This record gives sequence, C-alpha cells and structure tokens, in this order.
Amino acid sequence: MELAATIVIDGVIDASWLFIVAVGLTLVFGVLNILNIAHGNLYAIGAYTAASAVGWYYSGSGPPLLGYIVMLGAALLVAVVVGPLLERGILRLFYRRDEIVLVLVTYALFLILEDATTLIWGVNPYYAYEPYGLLGNVNLLGLTYVGYDLLLVALAGITGVLLWLGLNRTITGKIVLAVIHDREMSRAMGVNVTRVFVLAFTVGVFLAALGGAFTAPKISVQPGISITVILLSFAVVVIGGLGSVEGAAIAALLVGLARAAAIHLMPSAELFIVYLVMAGVLALRPEGIFQRMALRKI
Amino acid sequence: MSYRKSMLGFAAIAAAAAAMTAGEAAADENSFKLGVVTFLSGQAAESFGVPAWNSGKMVIDALNKGGVLPKPYDKPGFGGLKIEAVVIDENGGATKQVQELRNAYERDQVDAIVGYVGSGDCLAVSPAAEELKKLLILYDCGTPRIFEENKFHYVFRTAAHGAMDNVAMARYIAKRKLNIGDMGAINQDYAWGQDSWKDFKASMAQLDPDAKATAELWPKFGAGQYGTEISTLLQEKPSLVYSSLWGGDLQALVLQAVPRGLFKDRYVVLSASDHVLQPLGDKMPDGVIIGARGANGQFAERSPLNDWFVDAYKKAYPGTYPVQPQYRMIQALLGIKTAVETAMAANGGKKPSTEELAAAMTGLEWDAPSGHIKMALGDGHQAIQPNAVGRTQWDAQAKMVKLVDIEHFIAECVNPPANMKAEEWISKGFPGAQCE
Repeated sequence: MELAATIVIDGVIDASWLFIVAVGLTLVFGVLNILNIAHGNLYAIGAYTAASAVGWYYSGSGPPLLGYIVMLGAALLVAVVVGPLLERGILRLFYRRDEIVLVLVTYALFLILEDATTLIWGVNPYYAYEPYGLLGNVNLLGLTYVGYDLLLVALAGITGVLLWLGLNRTITGKIVLAVIHDREMSRAMGVNVTRVFVLAFTVGVFLAALGGAFTAPKISVQPGISITVILLSFAVVVIGGLGSVEGAAIAALLVGLARAAAIHLMPSAELFIVYLVMAGVLALRPEGIFQRMALRKI
Repeated sequence: MSYRKSMLGFAAIAAAAAAMTAGEAAADENSFKLGVVTFLSGQAAESFGVPAWNSGKMVIDALNKGGVLPKPYDKPGFGGLKIEAVVIDENGGATKQVQELRNAYERDQVDAIVGYVGSGDCLAVSPAAEELKKLLILYDCGTPRIFEENKFHYVFRTAAHGAMDNVAMARYIAKRKLNIGDMGAINQDYAWGQDSWKDFKASMAQLDPDAKATAELWPKFGAGQYGTEISTLLQEKPSLVYSSLWGGDLQALVLQAVPRGLFKDRYVVLSASDHVLQPLGDKMPDGVIIGARGANGQFAERSPLNDWFVDAYKKAYPGTYPVQPQYRMIQALLGIKTAVETAMAANGGKKPSTEELAAAMTGLEWDAPSGHIKMALGDGHQAIQPNAVGRTQWDAQAKMVKLVDIEHFIAECVNPPANMKAEEWISKGFPGAQCE
C-alpha cells in the first residue's frame, strides 16, 4: 500500500513537468497543424534564460521568494521574443507547403536553435539551484520530498486549468477552438486566423519555456537537455491525442505513473515503458485517447 | 586575346599550381597533421569534449613553441615536426564518425587521428582506421571490448579501460575497511553504465562478500530527472549507493538527491566524477567516494611535468583546473610525441611512416602528468596506468572541493595482466595483481 502511494506521488511529480511541456506542443499542433520538433529547444531556451535571470536576481538582495516571479518572467520573455519571431519570420512562409515540409522546417529549427543556444550560453553548465531549496522539505510516507517538486504539481494544475478556461470560457479561446475545428470556415467567418496563429504559437512557446524555467533549478542547464524532453513530449501528445489539452493531461499522468511503477517494480523496464504505453493506447485508439475522429474533406 | 597569349597564361597558372603543390608536399615533410575528434556540441561537450580540446590546443601550442614542457618533452613539435591540428566534432552518432574519419584521412590527409569519447564511436571507427591502414589513437573511451574482442595493428588506446576504475573503487572500500551491507545502484542504461556496475559488483563480490546488491536502477542516458529513482533508493535504504553517471546527468542527480537525504548516513560512490566537482562546488556533499579514471586532476602526484601542466592550464583558463578529460588528452599527445621521436631515432630523423609509427607505439612506455603509462595490454595497443580514489571535502577558504583520504594504486594492481580479459580476471579474484 505504501509502495503504491509512493508510486502515485513520484508519478504525479514526474507528470507535472511533462504536462507543462507537452501541452504547449499539443496546442501548437491543434491550431497550426505543426508538429514542432524544435519544441524541446524552446524548453532549453526557457531553462537557460531562467538560469541566467535567477543567477542575476540572487546576486542582489531581493526577497528570495520573488525568484519564482523572475522565473515566470523569464518564460514570458522567451515567449514574447521567440514566439512571434519564429512564427512570423519562418513558419508562416511554409504554411502552403505540405505538412511534411513543415516538420522538416521545424527539424532544421531544432538544429539551428541547438547551436544558437550553445553560441549564446556556451557549453558550461548554468545552475539556478536557489529556488529549489526555498520551500524546504516535506515528509510523505516516511520519504523526504523537496517542497519545490510539489510546487511544480500545483503549477501544472494551475496551467492546465487556466488553459482550459482560456480556451473554453473566453471569446478569444472560442475563436482559437473555431480555428482548430475548421481553419477555412473560420477565415470565411471573418476570424483573423493569422492573429490566432501568432497567439497560439506564442502560448505554446511560453509553455515550453515555462517547463524549462521551472525545471532549471533541479538540473544542470547545459547543451543537449532539449532532446529527452522532445521525445517524451511527443509520446505524451500522441497518447493523449494530437491537439487535445485534456488528452495531454491524462497522458502525462499515465506516462508519469507508468514510469514510476516501472522504476519501483521493474527498473530494467523503464527504458521502454513509455513506448509500451504508447503502443498499447494506439492499438486500442489509433487517434490517441482524446482525439475525435475527423471527417475527411473531399 | 590571341591563342599564344592565352596559352602563356595557362602555362603560368599551371606552373604556379605546380609550385604550390610542391610547397605543400615540402610542408608536409616538416609538419605532422593531427586530426582531433571530440565532442564540441551535445551532451558530452561540457564535461568531456570541450575541456579535452582546451587542453589539446594548449599543449599543442606549447609543444610547437618548443622548450616549454619539461624534459623529455622540450623538443619542438613531434620530433621537430610542427603539429597542425584539425578539430572535428564527435557529435552525431557512430555512422557519421566513420565518414568523418575517412574524410580526415583521405581528403584532409591527416597523419594520425587522436580522438573519441564515446565507446560506441571507438568501436565503430577502429575497424575503419584499420582498413585504411592509418594511425588511430583512442584517448578517452572506456569500453574494454576494443582490444579484448579485436586485434588491430594501427589502433591504440593511450588511457586505461573502464574496468580499472571499478576495481580501484572496490579495493579502496576493502583497504579502508568500510562496512558495506546492501548496495543500491543508479547507472545509465547503455554500455558504460552496465559495464561499470557489472565490474564494480564483481569486484565487491571478491573483496567484500557481505556486500549484496538490492536495488539496480537504469535511467536512460540524458534523463535529467531522477525523483522516482531517488525514492526507490531511499526506500531500499542501502548502506552504499553506486553510480557511474557523469556530466549533466550526474550533476542533476546530486542536485536532486542531496536535499532528499540520499547522501546522508551512507557511502556514496561516484566512479568517474572528478569532472563535476568544479561546476557543483559546495553543492557536492562531503565524504563522497570519487574516482577520476586514473590518477588525474587532484589525484595526480607531483612531478615537474604535472606541475607544468596544472600551472599552464590554470593560466590559460583562469578559474579552472585540469581534470580527467584534460589529463587524458595530454597523455595521448605525449604518447604520440614519444612514438614519433622513437621512430625518428630509428629511421635517421625522417618523418616516420604510419608503419614506423605503429611499430613505435606498440608496447610504448612514457610519462604523463598522471604517472607512468604502459601499452601493456592488447598486444601492446592498450595502456594501463596508475589510479587513485579519494573522498570529497569542501574547502570554504579555497572555495573548492578538495579530495582527501586518497589511496593510490599502481597500474598492475587495478588492471588485468596481458593474457586475461578484465571480466575473467575479476571473477577469478585478480590473479597476478601486484599491489605493493
């Protein structure tokens, strides 16, 4: 029983991080119909920017807890600068091309951004460890957990709820949903689709950067951190159904719990458990858990 | 332009081209073109590739100047030949590396290549160099399989293979009489992690039969998040936690595990971790048992050569000091220098051919900052070297992690003899080991 509870706690903590990153990927796919391979780079840029900002902030004498706002600000900064730049500067030039061309373009972006990150921040690691210890430790079932990890769970919950409310309870959100549903019809009805694209991509970048910014205190920020993230995010998005926010939440939980169960019960299975879950879900629901069957336009 | 004039112009260009080619050929006889392959991008760049190349650049410049290094390395270049280094990024996978290696030998006409951090890359490029009959010096990768499962004529490795690290760890624990019961392990799920843990476990079985492995965790390379693994280890409560993680993965593990108490009240063994001491600083707890894959960095014993290397590196890269990747690079470069000069002494001072170089490298012995290196295994193609293990202690005044309680092991104590594979040697209880 205690083991099961530990698996749930570990799984939920893992899922929270995964959800924040993956939901941005799924949103971008839903609206722009782009499978953004460079999403992991945006996570890395968020982590680097947050690590730099946190380093700068804690070298001063501001209140320690404001460091979290600095991290949030770093993610916002990345979104506002990089989002429109990539969408308007590069991606829009390829919208009329085949979807596979867009995948190749984002792959090229992945390579370019990987090198650009190294060019800006170099290869030496950046740390943002100060915020990690601010909330102290919590004892759950006899095991020590870092309070910050539980903050991440709350952050994922808030992110999910705000995104859902934003999409389902605001006019702008409904316009975004209309574009997801039928881009051409929305345009015919007078929706400024270009604006929706910029907005959705920027929010997607923000979510990737937010994931990176709030993971930065737990890791050594250095070249290569984007790759693992993109692989796991893809798995989550595919399991949940491409373009589904609810799907990303359920899938992140499923992947987090499956990974935790594997590590606790059969560690050698950890390497492939995510793909096993993915294969299982796709065998039963080829469109992912939450993807509605789409009518094909003829 | 008349026909005559245009022909004259053509002849002039041809003559100039011929002169340039002749000039190049002449320059080739006075220089040694060296391909250096290491990670300049990707996950291994920060911890291994870039520091190694920093060391390489510095040492090559010093060698080319001549008279900078202590004797016997005071002659300029390699036996008077100017070293021209071409650096190649190791990132991109084994298939790409084989192609890059062929390009370097065939298109760029390098005389030798020194390189490769990844064991997979070493295993892939060695047969290619052998097929091309070109000199390849592996300077870093750890897998024992290269010379235990293959025979090469043109391939050499100037650093000891990975089994040494784990035999030394187990010997340290036995020598210091540390009381070990249950052991937990967290290693990356690929050749390096699997081999390291297997060798450590087997060595412990020989030296401390009471030690039993109760938890073995296998996160994948680059995972970065170890929350669940840490929970599992905390639940198992082993008296020793072993890890061969390195670079960013190891730094993330330390950052996540220390606040949760995994490093408290138990021994923690990090088999190849001296390179994370500088970036982690005071975030690395005291008392952690550390290896450096050789008597590298703080483990290196004082000598004029080591003193020069450490001082020169600190001057060239202020705020840092050299650790294992930097040591392995200079070790390889001084090995090649010794081989070139040995071959030149035998052939009357001409630039040696690849055959002459391969003959000189076979069974070579030379001094490196980490100690005396002997090409004793793999029919004279695989090096053995002394090793050391110690424990961490934060020095607040010097603002650095110092290594204390150090035990040194001579090469023959922690490396198998020439006629035996490492795994067999360990399982038979280290026959022929000389530890005094």
